Amino acid sequence: MRIFKHANYNFIRWRWHALIASVVIIWAGVGTIFLRGGVPMGIEFRGGAAVVVQFDQPVGDDAVRRAIDPVSHDAQVQVYKGTGANQMMVRIPMAEGEAETTMLNTGAREIEDALQKGNLGHFTVISRDVIGPSVGSDLRNKGIWATVAALGGILVYVAFRFRPAFAVGAVVAAFHDILITLVFLTWFRYDMTLNIIAAILTITGYSVNDTIVVFDRVRENQKAMRRVPLDQIVNTSVNQTLGRTVITSSATLLAVLALYILGGEVLRGFAFTMIIGVITGTYSTVFIAAAIAIILTGRSGGPTQASVAPAKMPAGSAKTTAPAPKSRRASA
Amino acid sequence: MYKNLRWKFLTIVAVTGLAVAAFWPPSTRVRRGLDLQGGVHLVLKVQTEDAVNLETETASDQLRQALKTANITTTGWHQPSVDTFAVDGITPANDSQFRTMADQQVSAEFDRDSLGGTYTFKMKPNVVINTKIAAVQQAIQTINRRVNELGVSEPNVAPYGTRGDEIVVELPGVKDVANAKEIIKSTAQLRLHLVEAGPAPDQTTLLAAYNGKKPEDMDLVPGDPGDGTTGGQVWYLIQHSPAITGTDLQNARPGLDQYNKPNVRFTLKSEGAVKFGAVTRANVGRQLAIILDNRVVSSPRIDGPISTTDAEITGSFTQQEAANLSLTLRSGALPATMTYEAENAVGPSLGADSVRAGIIASVTGLGLVTLFMLVYYRMAGINAFVSIALNLTILLGCMAYVGAVMTLPGIAGFILTIGMGVDSNVLIFERIREELETAKGVRQAVAAGFDRVFITIVDTHVSSLIAAAFLFQFGTGPIQGFATTLFFGLIANVFTAVFVSRTLFEFILSRKPAGAATLSI
Repeated sequence: MRIFKHANYNFIRWRWHALIASVVIIWAGVGTIFLRGGVPMGIEFRGGAAVVVQFDQPVGDDAVRRAIDPVSHDAQVQVYKGTGANQMMVRIPMAEGEAETTMLNTGAREIEDALQKGNLGHFTVISRDVIGPSVGSDLRNKGIWATVAALGGILVYVAFRFRPAFAVGAVVAAFHDILITLVFLTWFRYDMTLNIIAAILTITGYSVNDTIVVFDRVRENQKAMRRVPLDQIVNTSVNQTLGRTVITSSATLLAVLALYILGGEVLRGFAFTMIIGVITGTYSTVFIAAAIAIILTGRSGGPTQASVAPAKMPAGSAKTTAPAPKSRRASA
Repeated sequence: MYKNLRWKFLTIVAVTGLAVAAFWPPSTRVRRGLDLQGGVHLVLKVQTEDAVNLETETASDQLRQALKTANITTTGWHQPSVDTFAVDGITPANDSQFRTMADQQVSAEFDRDSLGGTYTFKMKPNVVINTKIAAVQQAIQTINRRVNELGVSEPNVAPYGTRGDEIVVELPGVKDVANAKEIIKSTAQLRLHLVEAGPAPDQTTLLAAYNGKKPEDMDLVPGDPGDGTTGGQVWYLIQHSPAITGTDLQNARPGLDQYNKPNVRFTLKSEGAVKFGAVTRANVGRQLAIILDNRVVSSPRIDGPISTTDAEITGSFTQQEAANLSLTLRSGALPATMTYEAENAVGPSLGADSVRAGIIASVTGLGLVTLFMLVYYRMAGINAFVSIALNLTILLGCMAYVGAVMTLPGIAGFILTIGMGVDSNVLIFERIREELETAKGVRQAVAAGFDRVFITIVDTHVSSLIAAAFLFQFGTGPIQGFATTLFFGLIANVFTAVFVSRTLFEFILSRKPAGAATLSI
């Protein structure tokens, strides 16, 4: 079985449309985030209310999780072992913009109401407490800087192995994917948790990986196709690697879809982030990374400058005149 | 053509065997984090008033020393509250000199007030706040260090509550509260010993002068190399009885020497100063080993006798190293006591249902990927499955070997590894298919496919390794866990996708006639 045998689509023709579409989505998302007063943070980042309860009879922690889920998808339920029977700690994130005392009252009441509605039997409240964020702002900033430093390292490596314009393309594509994912997380009302951070790091890795595969092919093709303008070489390379791009993304998507559907409530945010990330990562390789590499090379007066202008593309035709792969091989 | 096949297979079997040996049996060898396993949850309250009190006492002692040296008499010293001390009996004749000295010594931290011959010094409000914050920070760092030294991975030590003086400590995998409290309480023991010999790279070199036998009155202690790097190990031969211990120490802080080079200043209690004075007077020029929890952290040279309560450690410190060393010295004697506000053994924060669902989902995901590869690449799909399965085996082995903790973010690293594994295989297979269209035979196509894709795999993996290195260096807790998984996953993937997969192809081809033109891919 084989799909995209000798694929020959004119992707590069759509680069401006794609860039504009991405910018629109990101700005719309940033608008939403701004209107809601920031990216919603999970319990690790903004703290919340913690209530310790004691049930009269044994209750499973998963039953408690189900009961608390309508209040917050990020609720944490932990069984206390050893100290008295049937004690559990339930934590929910702090509601935005509330004073700590009000927050404690409403938060604790929300938890207690939810437990009552859950028909779990009679329970007594042992303690109500405000908990601070376990990932403080300094740790959070450290995490952001770690990610920025990692992307910086990739920038330098790609610039060294390929050319600076490509490096910028790869890193901008990765940033693009992080932003798009954040936007979708906001739209679908997921809170930022450590698990989602891990998923975002994972998709950043995917995005860069995907981009480098295409760039590698561009570099290889440039040796054989010296007189061909860069945008055509890039388009040919994207087409040649299209099979790989789609197969890899589909396989990964299958795995994360399984996580999303079967993985339960806890993994859903993680899996959702991965699904968005895999899709946008594939899209950004073709439409963002390659497009920016071409645009930057054109402006900075690279060797293929003369024939990069969009006007010179065969307008109206979905197919371009990329040289057949065989000519490259014959000289390789 | 493929005569090294036997050795290649042996290599693969050996690597796999080592990996399995590292993580078998998984229930005890693979450590799980708080979210998967649970542990102990403690809330501690730092008595920050203690730190303020200590700071006030230290300042008061400093001023008293200085006045004594300058022959200014006083009639009484007292400390009416934790942040205030008072001096009685300053005569009008001494008044201006006293003011100058007080301003020099303590005006940065204390506000001065006078009534008759009595001067009152009250700590400035911002200094009080900073002292309290520093005390909590120091407690967090100390607990973190102790917990890490005792091999509890990925602990969670964080500020807690709204008052700013509480700390939450969560230790994954620790079974009971008593055990956890023991870990936190095991006060870091600080001792200063005279060095007899060392540092040396190993014990035998040190003992050569004593006919290979350790003298009764000496001890062998490991330590960090003195150049500020960590990781290496050197040995010291030290006197058995300490010159002074942590209980003799009152405070330590980073400072600057007369050449503006960073140093560490420490204050001794008066009886400690007497002991230390005698030792330093008799041993000018010798090295003094600063030992914390049975490990030499620094071995400065005694430049001259130290008979006051104040002394300094000079060396080629950077500012950071000086700050770290003072923290280490201070943490031998925590400035503030801590009380437990809550102590509980807790179950995993992810429920049993969630973990089960996660496992089912992961296995299903892997199964779907395998099925997909089999349908799309037929027999070669088996290759992909074998190399990805081996990849995960090796990764699990590495994780167990370094004692990394499996948490949900860590598992994300596993998923990225599966993705990278699939990607490398797909890259190779697609390239082989392309080569098959033009190349002379199947063998050449396979060889060309692997050779051409290798450079791509190097580029993608090196860039990811660079990212992993940065994430590990600058990240914290869970991000470091993710970076660790990613790092080993990438290394394992280069081995399995390139070496193992190629060996499998060569094995299949070696059983076909040399001119065979078909390959199930």
